[in-house]
Amino acid sequence: MSDIPDSPSTTALRRRLAELRGADVAPRPLDARALAALAANPGCRRRALLDGAGVDKGALAKKLGSPAAFGQSQFAFARGHAFEARVKGDGGAELMRLVHARTGTAGTPAPEPGEVAVPDLTASGPDGRAERTRLALERATAEGGWALLNHPMVRLEVAGSPVHLEPDAVAVHPDGRWTVVEIKSFPILDGAADPTKVGAAARQAAVYALALQALGGRVDERMLLVCPKDFSNLPTAEAVDLRRQLATTRRQLARLTRLEEIAAALPEGVTFDPARPADELAEAVRRLPAAYAPQCLSTCELAFHCRERARAAGSVEVLGREARGELGGLTTVEAVLAAARGEAASLSGGDGTDPSDDPPDDPAAAALRRAARLRAEALAGRS
Amino acid sequence: MTDTATDTATETATGAVPHATTTEPHPASAAAAATEAILRDTLAGAHRGVVVDSPPGAGKTTLVVRAARELAATGRPLMIVAQTNAQVDDLVDRLATAEPELPVGRLHSSEAQPYDPVLDRHPSVVKSAKVADLAGLDVVVSTAAKWAHVRGAGPWEQAIVDEAYQMRSDALLAVAGLFERALFVGDPGQLDPFSQVAAEQWAGLSYDPSASAVTTLLAHNPDLPVHRLPVSWRLPASAAPLVSRAFYPYTPFRSGTGPGERRLEFRAPSDGSSVDRVLDEAASSGWGLLELPARHTPRTDPEAVAAVAAVVRRLLERDGRAFGERSPEPASVTADRIAVGTAHRDQAAAVRAALASLGVTGVAVDTANRLQGREFDVTVVLHPLSGRPDATAFHLETGRLCVLASRHRHACVVVCRAGVAELLDEHPSAEPVRLGVEVRFPDGWEANHAVLAHLADHAVPW
Amino acid sequence: MSLISTLARVEAAATGRARPLTTVRHRHLAERPMVLVPLTTAGEVGAPLGALVGTDRDAPRLLVVPQPRDRTLRFAFLAELAEVVLPHLESAQGTVELQERAETDPETGKRVKVEVELCADAPQLIVPNTAGISYVRLLGRSTRFRRTAEEEPDSPHPAPARLPLLGRWLTHYGERARVPGSSLLLAVTEVLGRHWATGQSRLEDQHLGALLAWIEAEEGTSGAEAALRVELARDGDGVPLTPPAGPATDPAFDNRRLAPAIARHDAGLPGAEEEIRELVASQLRPTWDAVWRALDLLRALPPGARVADRWKRDRWSYTAHRDRLRAGEPPQPRRDDAVTAARKLAARETALAELAAQEALDDPLVMAERRLSGEAFAGEVVRVEPAWSEGKRPMPRPLVTVRTDDLPHLEEGDRVHRALEGGKSQPGVFVASPAPGLFTVRLTGGMGRGKVPEAGSVPEEGETVCWTLFEHAPRGGPDLPDPEETPWTHGGPPDPDALDAPDPVTPEDLL
Repeated sequence: MSDIPDSPSTTALRRRLAELRGADVAPRPLDARALAALAANPGCRRRALLDGAGVDKGALAKKLGSPAAFGQSQFAFARGHAFEARVKGDGGAELMRLVHARTGTAGTPAPEPGEVAVPDLTASGPDGRAERTRLALERATAEGGWALLNHPMVRLEVAGSPVHLEPDAVAVHPDGRWTVVEIKSFPILDGAADPTKVGAAARQAAVYALALQALGGRVDERMLLVCPKDFSNLPTAEAVDLRRQLATTRRQLARLTRLEEIAAALPEGVTFDPARPADELAEAVRRLPAAYAPQCLSTCELAFHCRERARAAGSVEVLGREARGELGGLTTVEAVLAAARGEAASLSGGDGTDPSDDPPDDPAAAALRRAARLRAEALAGRS
Repeated sequence: MTDTATDTATETATGAVPHATTTEPHPASAAAAATEAILRDTLAGAHRGVVVDSPPGAGKTTLVVRAARELAATGRPLMIVAQTNAQVDDLVDRLATAEPELPVGRLHSSEAQPYDPVLDRHPSVVKSAKVADLAGLDVVVSTAAKWAHVRGAGPWEQAIVDEAYQMRSDALLAVAGLFERALFVGDPGQLDPFSQVAAEQWAGLSYDPSASAVTTLLAHNPDLPVHRLPVSWRLPASAAPLVSRAFYPYTPFRSGTGPGERRLEFRAPSDGSSVDRVLDEAASSGWGLLELPARHTPRTDPEAVAAVAAVVRRLLERDGRAFGERSPEPASVTADRIAVGTAHRDQAAAVRAALASLGVTGVAVDTANRLQGREFDVTVVLHPLSGRPDATAFHLETGRLCVLASRHRHACVVVCRAGVAELLDEHPSAEPVRLGVEVRFPDGWEANHAVLAHLADHAVPW
Repeated sequence: MSLISTLARVEAAATGRARPLTTVRHRHLAERPMVLVPLTTAGEVGAPLGALVGTDRDAPRLLVVPQPRDRTLRFAFLAELAEVVLPHLESAQGTVELQERAETDPETGKRVKVEVELCADAPQLIVPNTAGISYVRLLGRSTRFRRTAEEEPDSPHPAPARLPLLGRWLTHYGERARVPGSSLLLAVTEVLGRHWATGQSRLEDQHLGALLAWIEAEEGTSGAEAALRVELARDGDGVPLTPPAGPATDPAFDNRRLAPAIARHDAGLPGAEEEIRELVASQLRPTWDAVWRALDLLRALPPGARVADRWKRDRWSYTAHRDRLRAGEPPQPRRDDAVTAARKLAARETALAELAAQEALDDPLVMAERRLSGEAFAGEVVRVEPAWSEGKRPMPRPLVTVRTDDLPHLEEGDRVHRALEGGKSQPGVFVASPAPGLFTVRLTGGMGRGKVPEAGSVPEEGETVCWTLFEHAPRGGPDLPDPEETPWTHGGPPDPDALDAPDPVTPEDLL
């Protein structure tokens, strides 16, 4: 992948994304949170472009006056690091024992100590590291033994733009299979773990697996999830089936609006450089259509800003995705209340369609009127 | 479609699907070989259980009836467990029709009208609410719920559990003490059993009470033979590959008829309207998508409901002729050969009202849940995501779409608002993952996209 | 979310103040509940940081672990917690009433009436949010298998004497909280959310301070703005002015305040422990006060008529646990066996159906949701025709026709139910809809045993009635086999000798 020179259009896109990011700003890699945001809201163009351009959304949100509430406690950080170091310690002996036990071919012997190759992947810059990773995987697969790649770097094209990804580890089996390893600090307690966190880890691993597939490897459709066991710091691991996440992520990536297209809709000179004045940035962000949902609050740095705008616009999305289910084309608080009062739908400012072709017997409005009547009746009976 | 005829060879639950040879045997011989292997394992196998996966229209009921007769012939007392009273009555009726002399007991509830009066036609069928009244009969059939209350009878040497994938693990727990051995038959692609209350604390346990009965059975008995009926006799060649790929990606099947073996023709020509054009598209390709303009609507979208009704009316007016392998003469596509499928009951009610106002009667209009296990020549489906502003887990559930897309022998017309693909894009599939829970199905999000992508080639704008 | 509750949310968003979702209170509130506000250490499962606990809102007990990674300090915290919480949880064991219950006689196999004890009350435990309930379970799980010095004299790290007992009680309360409508252990965000709709999403309602701000807003003030301040206002160090309701702490608090103080404590500096106590208290106290204010709001609502009925089930649950402890049964296993899991699921499904029915019967606003969704209909009786059943002894089967604007999902032969005075309900069968807005029901019971219906058992013309399509007292599922009779499909009987071992105590407990 990285030995193919970038095409002219890719080069042009890279230049354009650099402009959007700001002249001297280094791009942020697509980290675990950005991947979670991608999974949680793949259709949001604002998120797509800002992440694709490697904009520091945290800094941008701060400048816009709606800083993200993300942060990591140093206690959690220290514990997580201690755990990962423990898992990978001793030349990865413990980790490879788990790789073998959970994902190894049945009946094959576990790797002996000293039998696991741990190639050096250090290089300057993400492209260099990605190249080292590619070579190391190639060699390890050819040699037909066990290998452990600690923090490799892989590349994946997302929305027409290459991004760098850093899995915790990739294990190479003697049969040439590659298994994505994620080390998490949430516990597996009595065999069960927080399903939301496991789901996030699986989606993250699926992205890594797709990037590895692009290198031509035979990538295991299961990941190895390594977690602390019960209340201890001892590692335990489970193989997690990634087939669903792979299929979904593959299609999501294929369907992402191309960044070129989103970028093309922006006027020349627009930039998201956090060094620019706040009102200029607010205007720039406004030009990028967002698809806000309350779920964004836990995954996207810009969510508080988007929420503020959605609330100011009276959008019903701020009440939750599920609130919209029965509201049909009524998208604002005002429109819903007007419909409930039995006022004409043409006042509604519904979903932007011409009010004249609103069906006269809109069942959403009729149901709202009935709901309002029943609700008022019940509340009146109370006093 | 993959060539998997030899998949009918016995697999163990944990083993991989053996890979196929390149020459496909004739579907009939593949299906016959599968049936023979199933009966061999059931009648003479060493295992206490045998599992049969049956894709839509693969002859599950035929298999159950045949297995029941052969088991009864060996003199082993047989109990049959089905999931609903309708399924029980249907099975008893078919069994008694196939073998009028066979003594069959229909164990029923003590409520008013506890069974279908059609059973009164069969003199050899004994009906009772008390299991003691049915003692000594060769075969006793009832619902899982009724069997669960049976005390002080049995154990039966042999059981057949029908629709085992729709049965919950706890329901099997309540009845499994009644039998020594069992044949479990079901369709893994239809709607999963579920619980209204949270059952996460048992997720990943082999006996999770909210999981399907087959999941628990195989977790505890991984060596049981798992067979698959490899051929759908219902779905035409135009539908089997899509349904197989979208809903059974790891256990593919094929159609019993080849391309062109089934044809649908209309006596009345097209009037050029979009409704007629989508009917013609469906008649020639097996699929039609009548695409309404994008709009967010409530569930009972009047325009979509009217479109569904219009399609049904024209389908009847144009006097369809279905040509197929069953007879050299075409069969008339009458109202009883047509079904309308919806996701919600209020949608079904709205379609019924719309059809009634057009003077159309006799067409089955129901939700996916109630259409499970039924078969029609042509189905008209109101897409579960049509016009929705959001895509909930309910609407994304693979089983729901699978049921709706796999009821037809000839053609399926889907009525849908444009913009569902974009809706799916905005509604991620950030599903939680529970350790130790086996993945059986594709993701609902992914399956929906696969079906939409296929339908896009057969779209006619409204 | 029902359309009526969506509408309530929309109204709240428009007015900036929460709107009611109910007209009565649907959960039991004890006169003297115990409130527990726990805090845990980030990234370290089962390492408490502190708690405020007690039954007196003005005098909470503050428990703090100055160095959460120190096992001795952790045990000291848990011992103290047991000292405060156990007397409360054990306080209702002695006062009992006698109840008749049908049991199967083990010798004859017949159903016989036996008198059993039922505790007259049960102690209630209140936590701020659902994460708090999970934490109660986690505390229960981490302590119930511990061995005390008495049980294991040679253990280098024996657990405090009453700790395993605390673990068993907390486990029981945590499990009970999974039963719909139960009230032994409540999370106030859940209970508030059941009774009020805010103008934000349910996700945001998880923040107790913000949720309360919406509900407490006075006429003419904006709860929305107050909630926003609670949610976002931070001091110069980025530490939130209103701390989260736990058990997780805010990362900025951890990094800017707590970590330096713990470092001073580890270095043995004087006053460091007191500083940590004050810091932890500063994070706990606002939540403690918020929980009590929430209880005030909930107490102001009159209880639903059937709340006491559900609380009685909580008392049965409490009594059963008491009896298991008295019988010397081992701690609850790590994971349920097949039969226990199936029994629990069945019990919870029944409880859910019962809760849904009872809330609707107790509360016209909840019934309005069921009417809107076609599961009930209410209206004026316009016609009553006497009729009788066929057969040797004809029974009254009068036909009652109701006029309503409701749109019930009825098909001929569907059963319907009507609540009668005194808690009973009357069954009926839907016959036909003679005209739009008219529905005819044949009464099939609840009229006595005579040929003539008992007085008042048939509604009269002009009377307003409400029929439901759902049962009022849903039945439970079938009996399941005993665990020792678990069938082969479910792995056979569990090993009777397989007791869960305590978690191994390793040096890893102290990082």
